[in-house]
Amino acid sequence: MSELDENHLHADPGIDGHHPHHGLQGAGGGPSESPLQRERARTIFQKGAPGRRAFVCPALDVPTPDAERVLPARLRRAEPARLPEVSEPELVRHYVGISKRNFDLDSGFYPLGSCTMKHNPRLHERVAALPGHARLHPLQDGERAQGALEVMFNLQQALAEVSGLPHVSLQPSAGSHGELAGVLLTRAYHEDRGETRHKVLTPDTAHGTNPATVTMAGFEVVKVATNEDGGIDIEDLRAKADEDVACLMLTNPNTLGVFDRNIEEIARIVHDVGATLYYDGANLNAVMGISRPGDMGFDIVHFNLHKSFTQPHGGGGPGSGPIAVSDRVAPYLPVPVVRRDGDGTLALDHDRPKSIGRLRGFHGNYGCFVRSYAYICSLGADGLKDASEAAVLNANYLLARLREQRLPDGRSVAELLPLAYGELCMHEFVLSGGPMKRELKIKTLDLAKRLLDFGFHPPTVYFPLLVDEALMVEPTETETKETLDAFATAIAQILAEAAQDPEIALSAPYTTPVRRLDEVAAAKRPVIREALEEVA
Amino acid sequence: MLATIGVSSVQEIFERQIPEAVRLGRELQLPPGKTEQEVHAHLAELAARNVSAEDELSFLGAGMYDHYVPALIDMLTERSEFLTPYTPYQPEISQGGLQVMFEYQTAISELTGLPVSNASVYEGPSAVAAAGYMAKLHNGRARFVVSAGLHPHTIQTLRTLAHGFGMEVVEVPLREGVTDAEAWAEAIDGETSAAIFAQPNFYGAVEDAEALAGAAKRAGSPELVVICQADPIALGILRTPGECGVDVCVGEGQPLGNRLDFGGPSFGFFAAREEYLRRMPGRIAGETTDVDGRRGFVLTLQTREQHIRREKATSNICTAQALNALAGVVYLSWLGRQGLVELGELLLARTHYAREALGALPGVELAHSQPVVREFALRLRGDVDAIRRRCIAQGVNPGVDVHALSARPEDEGLLLVAITERRSRVDIDRLVEVLGAAVGAESTDAGTAGGRERILGPTEAEHEQQGKPVGV
Repeated sequence: MSELDENHLHADPGIDGHHPHHGLQGAGGGPSESPLQRERARTIFQKGAPGRRAFVCPALDVPTPDAERVLPARLRRAEPARLPEVSEPELVRHYVGISKRNFDLDSGFYPLGSCTMKHNPRLHERVAALPGHARLHPLQDGERAQGALEVMFNLQQALAEVSGLPHVSLQPSAGSHGELAGVLLTRAYHEDRGETRHKVLTPDTAHGTNPATVTMAGFEVVKVATNEDGGIDIEDLRAKADEDVACLMLTNPNTLGVFDRNIEEIARIVHDVGATLYYDGANLNAVMGISRPGDMGFDIVHFNLHKSFTQPHGGGGPGSGPIAVSDRVAPYLPVPVVRRDGDGTLALDHDRPKSIGRLRGFHGNYGCFVRSYAYICSLGADGLKDASEAAVLNANYLLARLREQRLPDGRSVAELLPLAYGELCMHEFVLSGGPMKRELKIKTLDLAKRLLDFGFHPPTVYFPLLVDEALMVEPTETETKETLDAFATAIAQILAEAAQDPEIALSAPYTTPVRRLDEVAAAKRPVIREALEEVA
Repeated sequence: MLATIGVSSVQEIFERQIPEAVRLGRELQLPPGKTEQEVHAHLAELAARNVSAEDELSFLGAGMYDHYVPALIDMLTERSEFLTPYTPYQPEISQGGLQVMFEYQTAISELTGLPVSNASVYEGPSAVAAAGYMAKLHNGRARFVVSAGLHPHTIQTLRTLAHGFGMEVVEVPLREGVTDAEAWAEAIDGETSAAIFAQPNFYGAVEDAEALAGAAKRAGSPELVVICQADPIALGILRTPGECGVDVCVGEGQPLGNRLDFGGPSFGFFAAREEYLRRMPGRIAGETTDVDGRRGFVLTLQTREQHIRREKATSNICTAQALNALAGVVYLSWLGRQGLVELGELLLARTHYAREALGALPGVELAHSQPVVREFALRLRGDVDAIRRRCIAQGVNPGVDVHALSARPEDEGLLLVAITERRSRVDIDRLVEVLGAAVGAESTDAGTAGGRERILGPTEAEHEQQGKPVGV
């Protein structure tokens, strides 16, 4: 049992013995403002001077053509686009400067639930940047892109093995794009059987992308309830699964961190009415090499290469969302698919008459394939399994560490932030901030904002929706025991502070480049671009 | 750690949660793990089996272009602070990424002449499909009318998605290289949700955007949405879609500071008139202030999005292409106000030079005589595939075999040639020499062999199958 006063904090939480209302903040720029806080945000459009530039255009080495003849004035732009006018040093300083206003995975713990923020090895950036990959044109003839096709083919094979579903398309650009592909495959599957079905079932715990996808693919969403164990309510599923249901979309382990033990029965119910079973692969990091969606009875799976397979998230992409499917869904896969011919050469197969078609240009996010393939090569079969084991171990350890923390007044973190479902968890767990809100008068949002002062990225908050004041924690396998301990301690410290004075959390953060931002004002009168002076 | 959890082994954690029947119970059948240097060697060996734009003189384009990517973009996109965060859900510690989005939105708005831009979508063709979906939400109509000048991948992508949300796609043919104005006006009516064209079009021709937009609005009423898929480099010198009456301008962002990467990741841009703001897909960064009055940025208008609105969201998109969009705005800032124009003028001049010289070759004619910016289609006498192979054997990839990509019968014999600032006059002269010789040799061969009869050329797939290594 760790008592709070024995613990050391790894970050200056910004209070420094002072009450936050006593001189820590103030736009006037008091002495307590940090250098980053004193620096006011100025965009690249507000820097530079007329005529300043970084780019030197290659010299005109062909005769100057008759302007009107090559491009008549009526088709030409009257004034140049009002782009920045800055020198290269200014440009570098600007972007390096604003980069410092970001928190990132290389700087600290990032337990953002459902996002699998595992370490991004730099090797992957190096190999993806090799000119043979990076400067390869997507319309290069197949026989002269055999290396790239081999990356894709081997990745397809590996994803098929991990998922237990033999047919893979790498085309979707991200998880939600993979979901859209999956639901369109379902549509094609039923249409090919002469059936028209209108409904897709999603649990009430589903990621928001699931119901949004269902609508975009022209189906109606029907919600399935969650049982007291955090799994699908089987009776509700039975009642709703009828001949008009095209598909059930499921995450397993689900967004509550719970592995649904009834998965075989769920699969039976869904298949008995002729529907498909779709696996949202956002949580695949819990089960690689341990349990496979295909063996659970799923027909379609999407992978998030930017989660389980370490494609760096880039502050909001790029991602990549390949899909794997069973034999009965395979004929409808998007084109192209990489195929190995009898003589060993690889080719992009466009000749798939029942295919749903394309989902985007070219072949998918190849640069992400290179990184994720490099990751799979590094880890191998054992390593992938180790990764999932360590991810689940870390999550359970952090959960246990949190539950044993006590506040100086004797209350436990376990009672203030109880686990929403179950006793153990898979690779992530969901706590409820409900009791904390009632007893300490701070909300999950306040806890999250105060964590920023401790140098941690907060967990996912307010998701899943059916958990009151939800806090979803996913540590991943690449964090050390020391980091997990420090995080548990920080949570306890924040709750202890709040027990003394809730204002500290309510007004947090204090140390970040900006403090709490007015999101309501931003949405009410949207300013979504820099205002520039009118061109005379 | 196990003692803290209260279990005897990691296996126990799994055994207590996952039924035995669905546990794998064997090792994955994958190769064993490798060291860092072994993985590097393997990926380097695979890279060496590709012929990239580093290895040959390439005139490939058709949607992605071999522009020079300045070194500072590599430096910035590899910084941990930009490379490794997630989507900026906690704005107080994500001001860098959010400000980049805000700057990016400003640059795209300037480029397209449209007041609002989102923070990026996946890429070009799916951006068109996303715009189509927005049009359906806007006016609830049943049909898209599309110009045959759109990239084939765009039309195919739109068809895939439109089938899902129950829309019809009607294609309007080209005439003399550009969208047939009469057929365009005729195809559009009160049931047309959106009218979609490309600028410049797939064959390189600059369309009369104002005429197309005006005709569409007249035939389809103001509720119709005019969508333009534009090449962002060309927008540096062309009249802006905004000025031409376009409602939504989308496109492939790769030419803006993103490498080829065999087709991705890049980014799609998405800009529109103000009235579409609350129906736009994707993230949007907005300006606000913090509790102390400091300027700051947040993700805004999130009630459009899937994590809030779920089945009523305007799109399902979550992860987009933030890092690629960063490269885009850095590239535009690096070029700067005059630089983008100078680059456009250089491309115009070199493209004109190349087109005149190539068009003058025996056995080669222009596919159309419309103005072009940096890409143009040629009609070759003889088998395009065979001619390309002859050129490639000389170290020159002369461009894209259009029919192999589009499978349209009328595209038989077309070669699409792209010029970037990396292709100098010397390079172009080399192409003229090599292509001229290849066309000449092919017609001589064809003459002696009695011609290579072919009504329909191979599809993209057949083309791949028939491929035999030549010269590399």
